Amino acid sequence: MNPLPSPFVRAALDAADGLPDSGIAWLDIARRENLQAFAEGGLPEGRNEAWKYTPLRALSQRAFVLADRTAAAGIAVDPTLFTLPGVDGARIVFVDGAFRADLSSLDADGIELAPLSAALSSQPEPLRFALANRYRRGAADAFVHLNAALATDGFVLRIAEGATVSRPVHVVHVSSSSQADTAWHVRLLVEVGKDAAADIVEHFVSAGDATQLGTVVADVVLREGARLGLVVLQDASSATTLVRRGHVRIDAGAQATLHALELGGGLVRHELHADLDGDGARFDSRGVFALAGRQHADTQLEIRHKARNTASDALWRGIADGRSRGVFRGAILVAEGADGADAALSNKNLLLSGMAEIDTKPELEIYADEVKAAHGATIGQLDERSLFYLRSRGIPLAEARSLLTLAFCRAALESLQNDTLREYLGERLVAHLPTGPAE
Amino acid sequence: MHMLKIDNLHARVEGKEILKGLSLTVKPGEVHAIMGPNGAGKSTLGNVLAGRDGYEVTQGTVDFAGRDLLALEPEERAAVGVFLAFQYPVEIPGVNNTYFLRAALNAQRKFRGEDELDSMRFLKLVREKLKVMQISDELLHRAVNEGFSGGEKKRNEIFQMAVLEPKLAILDETDSGLDIDALKQVAEGVNALRSPDRSFVIVTHYQRLLDYIQPDFVHVLAGGRIVESGDKDLALKLEEQGYAWLAETHPELRKADLAGAPA
Repeated sequence: MNPLPSPFVRAALDAADGLPDSGIAWLDIARRENLQAFAEGGLPEGRNEAWKYTPLRALSQRAFVLADRTAAAGIAVDPTLFTLPGVDGARIVFVDGAFRADLSSLDADGIELAPLSAALSSQPEPLRFALANRYRRGAADAFVHLNAALATDGFVLRIAEGATVSRPVHVVHVSSSSQADTAWHVRLLVEVGKDAAADIVEHFVSAGDATQLGTVVADVVLREGARLGLVVLQDASSATTLVRRGHVRIDAGAQATLHALELGGGLVRHELHADLDGDGARFDSRGVFALAGRQHADTQLEIRHKARNTASDALWRGIADGRSRGVFRGAILVAEGADGADAALSNKNLLLSGMAEIDTKPELEIYADEVKAAHGATIGQLDERSLFYLRSRGIPLAEARSLLTLAFCRAALESLQNDTLREYLGERLVAHLPTGPAE
Repeated sequence: MHMLKIDNLHARVEGKEILKGLSLTVKPGEVHAIMGPNGAGKSTLGNVLAGRDGYEVTQGTVDFAGRDLLALEPEERAAVGVFLAFQYPVEIPGVNNTYFLRAALNAQRKFRGEDELDSMRFLKLVREKLKVMQISDELLHRAVNEGFSGGEKKRNEIFQMAVLEPKLAILDETDSGLDIDALKQVAEGVNALRSPDRSFVIVTHYQRLLDYIQPDFVHVLAGGRIVESGDKDLALKLEEQGYAWLAETHPELRKADLAGAPA
């Protein structure tokens, strides 16, 4: 425990002081407990193994005030900022963490989508476990406690049992340009009903270069036989600090697939924990991070096989240019009794500059029998022979580099079923690549 | 008028001098075969002409149709009409063969100030060339050379050459590792591309390719220089007698320069 709280912690305590009570006793108690846990622990330090490669010393010296909700409601945001080809279902938009009804359209067949504030005022009790009991002291890290203490907005999304939602639900987090040194916190709850199927696209964008901190904690439950396709496109400005923690619980026979594309942000931590709770559950994850400048992105994947005949396949690619730093940790746990598990994890990385750094760490812990597990991680550079081959046919150096870099990432994006969105993500990636196409 | 004029070329690889005063002149439409023992500098010549990193020219000039070839980047050399068919074409997973070839052709056309081909016109061109090369279009849908057999890789090189229509094609031991059927297919492809304004430099270790591609000139490259030139009878003589006889007329060549007779 720090004798003197850091500016970061002090600012969070001040922010909590300014929050009105929710009027729901258990929720207010949970918020206070989480705030206390956060204040006592402070931000993780270098000794903390889970944060070893992502030092927070500089962040701890910064003070973020809570983004002004009234101001956020009035900020003009051009919807073309977040329009995505191939994503045309219900949409829920947050600007600096505040729900914006005017930019959202919540109605769609088979789904029930409501902002957290509305869900709490109509039927708070079903949310009690998720909001009050789930993240107890010791079972969560600093940012989860912070989010639990300060998040007043978010959403509850339920996909009805047996429903097939064909149009992807679009979740948008906009960082505005007008509120500098502010923080926002968003809490997401998703339940995909038994045998239901849906796609969600979570999308981070910035309307400017304001220095902001955003935290998102998402809890997703897939009931028996459910299917969920989740896409996370993180395209925020390099002034943004983002911490996203997702937890996915997958029941028997259910399947979740994640495609993540991390392009923006200055300091980004993306944690994804998947629990394969039911027999035959499956979790596939695919992701690319492409960093340049002084960006720092840390991806933490934890997959826990806890039932029989479960499967997971993780395929992640990282690219670091400039003075950027990429961190990847992929941990697979096969619990006792989770016989017949099949787990694969691959993380390949490309260093495009001598000043960039990538740290990758696959971990495997197995306590069951008859398990198939494979994991591997590599860090390399663009192949000089391939570059020369392309150039010898007339392709200019910059374009050749871009072509090979995109090819390196292709495996991680090609399994995305939504063709239109997949092509768009490929284009965004190319546009973001340091060498870029010739024109 | 010459197409290619190499004059007194010296080049080093990893600090070791490999080419030691090579001179060669190629006129439009001519086919030159370059033969020589192992380590004579045959592959170095192709790589130097194509502009590969790590090949350092220390002396001499290369003039290509009035341009200083050595001053150009590899992609510029391609655009002005130089094509190297690789001895070991690389596999590039994730890059589609058709996409790659169109990007290459359009980059070259753009450099030359010509309009770029849209996908319709490109596809039409590709279809024509496929017919000439007797290549199945299944090859086009795969990644560049990925999973190709040795013969398919070499045929793909010739196919690329057919689409890119270079002025000068350098074939670097394109025949190595090919069985007789694949060798004939490659030779047919090359022959179909012969024209009065296109020249070929065919680097080979064996005479047998020259049974199918008739060269106008045959040169012996030994000790980093062209030491003997003649017509196709020279290739036959090398096939029968190896290289050792050259020591009589070229006492400066060491025994090691002439080792590695053709099989």
